[in-house]
Amino acid sequence: MKIVVCVKQVPDTTEVKINPETNTLIREGVASILNPFDMYAVEEAIRIKEKVGGTVIVLSMGPPQVAEQLKETIAMGADEAILVSDRAFAGSDTLATSYALSKAIEKIADVNLVICGKQAIDGDTAQVGPEIAEKIGIPHLTYVKKIEAISETEITLERMNEDGYERVQMPLPGLITVVKEINEPRLPSLKGMMRSKKAEIPIWSAADIDADPAKCGLNGSPTWVKRIFIPEIKCQGEIFSGEPEEQVKFLVNALVGRKIVV
Amino acid sequence: MDYFLTEEQQMIKDLARRIADEKVAPKAAHYDETGEFPWDIMKILADADLFGVYLPEEYGGMGGGVLEQCIVVEELSRACSGVAVSYAASGLGCSPILVLGSEEQKKKYITQVASGKKLAAFGATEANAGSDLAAMETTAVLDGNEYVLNGTKQWITNGGEADIYTVMAVTDKKKGPRGISCFIVEKGTPGFTFGKKENKMGIRASATRELVFDNCRIPKENLLGGKEGIGFIATMRTFDRTRPGIGAQAVGIAQGALDAAVKYSRERVQFGQSISSFQGLQFMLADMATQLEAARALVYATARMIDGGAKNFSKESAMCKLFASDTAMKVTVDAVQVLGGYGYMKEYPVEKMMRDAKITQIYEGTNQIQRHVIALELIKESASKKD
Repeated sequence: MKIVVCVKQVPDTTEVKINPETNTLIREGVASILNPFDMYAVEEAIRIKEKVGGTVIVLSMGPPQVAEQLKETIAMGADEAILVSDRAFAGSDTLATSYALSKAIEKIADVNLVICGKQAIDGDTAQVGPEIAEKIGIPHLTYVKKIEAISETEITLERMNEDGYERVQMPLPGLITVVKEINEPRLPSLKGMMRSKKAEIPIWSAADIDADPAKCGLNGSPTWVKRIFIPEIKCQGEIFSGEPEEQVKFLVNALVGRKIVV
Repeated sequence: MDYFLTEEQQMIKDLARRIADEKVAPKAAHYDETGEFPWDIMKILADADLFGVYLPEEYGGMGGGVLEQCIVVEELSRACSGVAVSYAASGLGCSPILVLGSEEQKKKYITQVASGKKLAAFGATEANAGSDLAAMETTAVLDGNEYVLNGTKQWITNGGEADIYTVMAVTDKKKGPRGISCFIVEKGTPGFTFGKKENKMGIRASATRELVFDNCRIPKENLLGGKEGIGFIATMRTFDRTRPGIGAQAVGIAQGALDAAVKYSRERVQFGQSISSFQGLQFMLADMATQLEAARALVYATARMIDGGAKNFSKESAMCKLFASDTAMKVTVDAVQVLGGYGYMKEYPVEKMMRDAKITQIYEGTNQIQRHVIALELIKESASKKD
């Protein structure tokens, strides 16, 4: 079983600040972490490996300094990590990103399963996972909360939807994106940390993955951001705290007071 | 203060701190309240390879020494010293095997402790044999290829939870301390049961129970080192190696209390300003921090001395346990004082730290015994000098 996990480096904050002139994220002064949703993907891949055997390869696209951060996943138990990094990828939107990642996955070759987090906490698009699957031409399922059974050719899983969950079977190779309900990511182990310290993270350029320059970076990004703004807060919400009985009392009073319930 | 830890030691410290902050601290109050054994945290520590940091690589450890163990104990103690002592007591339990065990015994038992798959425990104390260990009454009699154990051990940390026990018992009453032997007893051996679980003032996450031996038969090979009469010396040498761990536990508790006190003093506003701006309080915090750092320096220096291969370190080992535990008691009492009425309440962590600190002045030799050890060494040193 060969599993590739796609991860992204993101700013360690949920309050992302935007440069109003360039409409891009302000990264200065904000520590970077691996996207928390991707850590569930890494954990699930390691669990599959522990259960049925195989290799876990972590893949990311980003600036060269991401290589160091990818070592965290090796400390957890991933076998190797690869960084796709090239000037040519600068300014990539989700389409160009998924193109580059899909080319890298094709280079890795013979991959049975690709796992992504459901979305990144900075862009929140949730597009890259499904786009990768389309580019490679494999089936995909999103918002997976439980893997019931897996072999090299088939996966049975539960995926969340708005009304509950669906139980689905999908042939492999395929791609899934996972939600936080799927597991609790482990901490690194000491032996893993020592292994990760020595680990070499290969950096693949656009040429290494045989990428078409027209599909990379800004050239390959049809998305044009006109303006990013923080919506104006027009009214304050009200939070009912205390014991459930008190909360119910507050809620009833609020509904009656506003004449919603009479 | 920078203690110039190696890269590996720093890694151990960072990992232990992360576990303490993320996994231990949120559950400290729960375990304190319920007295449940923190098996979930033991599993996390095992998965993180922390049970092996101080054990030799040939037995599945990471090859570190006393300092590595102290680092882990200190970091865990910042969050909950009940958890820390459960971790450390496994080291105490396998220490006699490490010090005086045969090669087969080391291979069989230390590897299991190093992986964290099994916990160990150390059984010496009895109802009438505390500081006066030689007064113990548990006996072991050789009968064919087996020893038969009878007696009751008291206040055994990890009792009931551990799988591997190193137990002291008298094999020859006439020989006094030299008639005490050490045995390895596995949980589940017929005739070996557990007595009541103690309801303690502090370190309530840890399990403290009686070990009851009623005609418990164990194979002759489980005699430590294959030799009778080395139990007392094994105990003394074990304590020399493990007392810095108690020092580290005390340092960790004190650090946790100091951190809480400084944080609170900056947030608490009285008379229109944060109470950290009052000199009376500043002086308290400054003294707490200075004493704490001195204690840590003594613990680390002793640990390095032991790891460096020193032959005799009874005095230093006793000194660091004595000083650090007295410091922890003082610092935690002061931390409660800094938090005032809030400090007395269970919603804040410092009252627990104060309760936890007290045991460090008592176990692995009371601080009176430590002073006795130190004084004896001083007299010995002086007597051996030629005037």
